[in-house]
Amino acid sequence: MDCHLDVFFLEALLNGVLLAGLLALLALGLNLVFGVIDVVWICYAELVMVGMYGIHHAYKGGAPFLVAMAIGIVLVAAAAALLHLLVIRPVLETPPINQLLVTGGVLFFLQAAATMAFGVEFRNLGISLGSYNVLDMSFSRSRILSFGVALLGMLALWLFLKRTYLGTAIRAIAQDRQIMPLMGVDSKKIYLVTSAIGGGLAGLAAGLMVLNYDIYPQIGLQFGPLIFMICVLGGLGNMIGGFLAAFVISQFIAVGSSCFHTEWGYAVAFLFFMIAIFFRPQGLFGGKS
Amino acid sequence: MIPLRLSPAALAGFVAVALLPWLVRYAFAASEKYYLHLLVQILLWAFIYTGWSLMGRFGLTSLGHGAFTGIGAYVTVLLWNYGGISPWLGIPIAVLAATVVGVLVGYPCFRLRITGHYFALLTLALTEFVRLCIVGLRDYTGGSLGTQPTRHGDGISLTAMQFEPDRVLSFYIAFALWLFGLYVWRLVDRSMDRYALEAASQDEDAAASVGIDVTREKLKIIALSSAMCALGGAVFGQYQMYIGPDTIAGLGTSLNMVFAVVAGGIGVMLGPTVGAVFTQVLSEGLRVIIQNSATIKGLLGSAALALDSAIYGLLLILFIIYMPKGILGTLLDKRR
Amino acid sequence: MLELKDLDAGYGAFQALFGVSMRVAAGEAVAVIGANGAGKTTLLRAISGLIPARGGVLTMEGRDLRATPAHRIIETGIAHVPESRRLFPGLSIEDNMRMGAYLPAARAKFAERLDYVYALFPRLRERRLQLAGTLSGGEQQMCAIARALMSGPKLVLFDEPSMGLAPVVVAQVFDLVRRIRSEGYTVLIVEQNVAQVLKVVDRAYLLEVGKIKASGAAAELAASDEIRKAYMGL
Repeated sequence: MDCHLDVFFLEALLNGVLLAGLLALLALGLNLVFGVIDVVWICYAELVMVGMYGIHHAYKGGAPFLVAMAIGIVLVAAAAALLHLLVIRPVLETPPINQLLVTGGVLFFLQAAATMAFGVEFRNLGISLGSYNVLDMSFSRSRILSFGVALLGMLALWLFLKRTYLGTAIRAIAQDRQIMPLMGVDSKKIYLVTSAIGGGLAGLAAGLMVLNYDIYPQIGLQFGPLIFMICVLGGLGNMIGGFLAAFVISQFIAVGSSCFHTEWGYAVAFLFFMIAIFFRPQGLFGGKS
Repeated sequence: MIPLRLSPAALAGFVAVALLPWLVRYAFAASEKYYLHLLVQILLWAFIYTGWSLMGRFGLTSLGHGAFTGIGAYVTVLLWNYGGISPWLGIPIAVLAATVVGVLVGYPCFRLRITGHYFALLTLALTEFVRLCIVGLRDYTGGSLGTQPTRHGDGISLTAMQFEPDRVLSFYIAFALWLFGLYVWRLVDRSMDRYALEAASQDEDAAASVGIDVTREKLKIIALSSAMCALGGAVFGQYQMYIGPDTIAGLGTSLNMVFAVVAGGIGVMLGPTVGAVFTQVLSEGLRVIIQNSATIKGLLGSAALALDSAIYGLLLILFIIYMPKGILGTLLDKRR
Repeated sequence: MLELKDLDAGYGAFQALFGVSMRVAAGEAVAVIGANGAGKTTLLRAISGLIPARGGVLTMEGRDLRATPAHRIIETGIAHVPESRRLFPGLSIEDNMRMGAYLPAARAKFAERLDYVYALFPRLRERRLQLAGTLSGGEQQMCAIARALMSGPKLVLFDEPSMGLAPVVVAQVFDLVRRIRSEGYTVLIVEQNVAQVLKVVDRAYLLEVGKIKASGAAAELAASDEIRKAYMGL
């Protein structure tokens, strides 16, 4: 065990904060979809993976990075809309287990399809933004950038939900779906749009992930369960709760990883999660149970 | 003990299965080992899936049973490899460990009425936690590469509970386990607990109001379910002579369990077995087709092995949308 | 304006309305009275398209409502104040108003309509940023009515507006209905509180177990012995 309260510990803590931004953005998409449509996309991380591959190909194909990222966002938004249309809609009125399983099937399918299409090698965009050094601590610039963009993304979503008619309708349908037709709102359309927005957020997250991590077909298994955990801890459907939970969890991971081996950071985070849920099953900040 | 009343058809069926090794020997003499291996896999997984279905049929959808099979397998193997403890003692310890974990996780869940999405995601966290521990203890478990029980002598040993080279023996061990699983399923099905759990799955408040101790019933079933899966995982490890965090634990394993049972038929005794047959035959069949197809190999190269997963995923989606009762479930429904 | 002929409706296998025929002319205030479970709420839901109507005719100013998808019925000029108010509890009063004005045509006039509605209900303006779920029963009813008016409707459907409210508040609610009527809206109100509602409307229909049993001018029905005994406890 390698743990002293020194500058390395501080570096780990701050890196944890930076990581939290990215995790919070990832959790946001999932929370939005669950809060509104009441479905959990078990394959959510795989959608991000699809975005990552898309961005990689666009970039390697010559597109400037920002364009590649825009392509990624649109790609995943479209994929999410398709997911909703083809897979979720047919099972919306059936028991929740069906909804979970059907997206589980998509998880298998996407991982396998990515393996077949792109092989198992790790890929990287090869973009290196260097690091920013202060006091004896080093922070990767791409991490800082990701943190900033994630915050902007969350702000944009918040403004959209609060200030636009469509956003208000999305908030409304989560509270009372049955009377939406009385307002002149087509519920089916709202669900589809919400799915696309969830996908768009995943696509944005994918753009930030490619700056920091390698891409491979199984990557979803690495962070998928983590995102679910964060969402549940913050209260499924609670976007602010998810944001806060991301910070809590990432501290466990960052500190755990610097003191012990990486897995133990995650393992402790999961253990904390399970214990926390037992005391507050609706999540640390949750409302809906 | 509930007396066993087997219909003549059922009895005939079981006898037929019991005689399968001889049929294999007769029909496929040269590749006898291979086909027996397939049958053993089917029976072992059928046992594990039946264990999962004890919870699944009452609406307690766990995405985390990979944790129990993993604990069963790893505890047994590690006790043998590092403690010299024979699986005859190791397996009961492993099963106990898994049951304790199951009850520990189950108790707060059931007390606090955690169901549906939350329960599924919580069990998902559990399976991930177990997988992380397995990988984290890499010095003992071999990490993501997995590990093997130390072979005792020529691989066949009573004390070490190893039998893999003798496929016929392996078959009968798996067969016995499978029968045991069906018997347990039958016991639960005929018990008062079954009606209690069904009532609870429809309306917990109503069930509680008629005096059903819902928490206790659910705890009983999770204990049974986790024990069975742990036992299956342990025996699987002894047979396969290899265990890995993704082959016998992890989210993939958990999802496979759910898929197989749903594909076979969730509320039906032989449903999980049909699911095991379906998934194993599908996976083997695809593997064989791919190995022998120059075109596919040319197109996909080494990644061709992912094709069965892709088809799995597609089939799971189609099953849930069009045949949520599974193969057997839908067939039985049609008969009525 | 609104016309029903031989309308059937129900929930799945269960039929709740049997051959209902009635009409509401422009500018009128009409009530449908009846006991609990008579089918009154079902009637309004069928008009709004929340449940499918089977058999019969249902038109608004000649437009076939049965052929209109539920979320487009509001475009025909019908606004529905649902049973138990059904405000969006987590949205502010003003956001609830926004939802009422969701229609593109109403959106364009949002500021104007908001001023109009706040002038009718000054209490709502005071609390415009308050979450609708925290309002009192009477305030919620006001808010629900205001929300319905935001779409600039011709016909306003009231589903049991007095239900679940304290007697003092009930009187206020019927006052509101009178005011709405005097603002020029056509009103169709469904109510269990027979005594009060008959004072507010021109005509009424009596619905019993899904069938129209009687109809006539409000004053006549209020004077009828049958009604007085069965529904007003006299």
